Amino acid sequence: MEEVKEEVWELRLYVAGKTTRSVAALANLKKYCEEHLKDKYVIEVIDLLIHPQLAEGDQILAIPTLVKKVPEPIRKIIGDLSNEEKVLVGLNIRPAK
Amino acid sequence: MSLEPSESRKMPSKLPKSNTGIRGLDEITAGGLPSGRPTLVCGSAGSGKTLFSMEFLVHGATKYNEPGVFVAFEEKAEELAVNVASLGFDLNQLQHDGQIRVDHVRIERSEIEETGEYNLDGLFIRLAYAIDSIGAKRVVLDTIESLFSGLTNQAVLRAELRRLFEWLKEKKVTTIITGERGEASLTRQGLEEYVSDCVILLDHRVENKISTRILRIVKYRGSVHGTNEYPFLIDEEGISVLPVTSLQLNHPVSSGRISSGIPALDKMLGGEGFFKASSVLVSGTAGTGKTSIAGSFIDKTCTDGMRAIYFAFEESPHQIVRNMRSINIDLQAHVDSGLLLFSASRPTFNGLEMHLLNIVKLVEKFKPSAIVLDPISNLITVGSNSEVRSLLTRLIDFLQSQQITVMFTALALNDKNSEQTDEGVSSLVDVWILVRDIESNGERNRGLYVMKSRGMKHSNQVREFVITDEGLKLVEVFLGPVGVLTGSARETQQLLEKTSEALRDHAVSRKDREIERKRLVLESKIATLKEEFESLQEELNKSYIEDELKKSIMEDNRKELTRKRDDLL
Repeated sequence: MEEVKEEVWELRLYVAGKTTRSVAALANLKKYCEEHLKDKYVIEVIDLLIHPQLAEGDQILAIPTLVKKVPEPIRKIIGDLSNEEKVLVGLNIRPAK
Repeated sequence: MSLEPSESRKMPSKLPKSNTGIRGLDEITAGGLPSGRPTLVCGSAGSGKTLFSMEFLVHGATKYNEPGVFVAFEEKAEELAVNVASLGFDLNQLQHDGQIRVDHVRIERSEIEETGEYNLDGLFIRLAYAIDSIGAKRVVLDTIESLFSGLTNQAVLRAELRRLFEWLKEKKVTTIITGERGEASLTRQGLEEYVSDCVILLDHRVENKISTRILRIVKYRGSVHGTNEYPFLIDEEGISVLPVTSLQLNHPVSSGRISSGIPALDKMLGGEGFFKASSVLVSGTAGTGKTSIAGSFIDKTCTDGMRAIYFAFEESPHQIVRNMRSINIDLQAHVDSGLLLFSASRPTFNGLEMHLLNIVKLVEKFKPSAIVLDPISNLITVGSNSEVRSLLTRLIDFLQSQQITVMFTALALNDKNSEQTDEGVSSLVDVWILVRDIESNGERNRGLYVMKSRGMKHSNQVREFVITDEGLKLVEVFLGPVGVLTGSARETQQLLEKTSEALRDHAVSRKDREIERKRLVLESKIATLKEEFESLQEELNKSYIEDELKKSIMEDNRKELTRKRDDLL
């Protein structure tokens, strides 16, 4: 896989209904993406209350969970994403210190 | 061993229970696990937790029409299917039929980053989805503690687990949660705090290099249950827990008899042999023919059309069959006709409890009328005296309740001490036959004693016991001038007696002839005397007649003279 700058981050956010925590997580995620990955990301929000069968595929336990499938490696970030540093490291946007 | 209420009795219990279908467990728990509640099954690695819970699910699905969900935190669905295939469970088919659903929950520590607050709604949703998709009534979480290694926020985890168990109760599913045994507590993460309804501990104990699996119900809220440690087996039929405890001594007894296979021995035992369902101990020093006695007994039992099992702890079945053939006992024929079953195992192969379980399992399956344990002496290599004794007590109790006659053979090590067997079981058994070497005149012979035989008149005599090509025989007691004679001394004495008998016969006939001769002599003498007497009598008669004649002539003469004189006048 060549080193392409134009790589697109495919992100999935698993939530269960519109709880304050999931709303916060989505807001945090959008904020980070706008700052660091402008026009290079796709966010798909999956509500497990509506699609419970999708939980098994990505091995979802905790809610909310953010799954980054592309670029590799697959990472899961659980929680309300309030810690920007950790989220950025998890998304491979910023190298771990 | 404590006496406990008969477990098979139906308990008037309000607590609904779900049968596990695991042999024996439903008896101990008086009906199974609490329905609609979580049960914690804990134990160290390899103690059989996963198997236990899988059996619970499979039996539920196949026998009790209760579909189940297996949430595997450790193994993949395919691995599980392969693992339980050895027990004859076709997990893939069951999944296909919608009776069981396996959900593998994988937690990869390296993939997960935690930021901020979260809960385990994802797990709840998955579980709910799995349960609802097949209408599950049973759930297994194996092993939920894996969550602790995958997620770091302990506070959240503990709160969520508590919520999970409450939620499962609300869902009214019967749940098994497995947990790894901890150092000081039942489980590493203290799951027993959350699951308070029923806790079952599985253990795997190694003593003298021999392992025994043990199951114990630590707690069962709202129900009576057996409190002992119950050994259990995992074999090709899955788990079986067999609560073999000392039952109350109230089993029915039979006054029917069963032959020992040696007619002369039957005669010593009141003429008819052993009581049915009694226990017989045959003890003796090495090479006294204990196994041969056992073989005769088995042979007779099978010949009479009854089933029997031979538990051999020393020889292989082929060896026994071959050796028995030398005394004209064909055990192979009984094996072929399906009446006789051999079960050979080294004592060291299993722990004592396992041996007991094996015996009980086989007996329940084969339903024999008689069994032989040959020899029990070897069991002592895997247990202490008291353990062996306890095992045999329970075995005898079990067999009596099943109306099965049992014959043990035991090696008495010390000739002087042969009054007592090593295992000290002679007081437990109903009949004790002692076979002993009697050494005299430079040879060893076997003497058989009936030391005791409860409830019947039995012979107090020592019989010589001979093993011939035709089978076992007891020779009539032969008392010589110096006591009981055996072996060639007996034969010598028998020969001697035969000789003197011949001599006596001879002497008698000579005397008879002598008497005959004397009689003849006497008779001829009598004849002579008789003739002498007759001639004498004739002589006497002659003179008497002459006298008479003379007298009458003289009378006549006188009359003549008188007449003549008158004429002259």
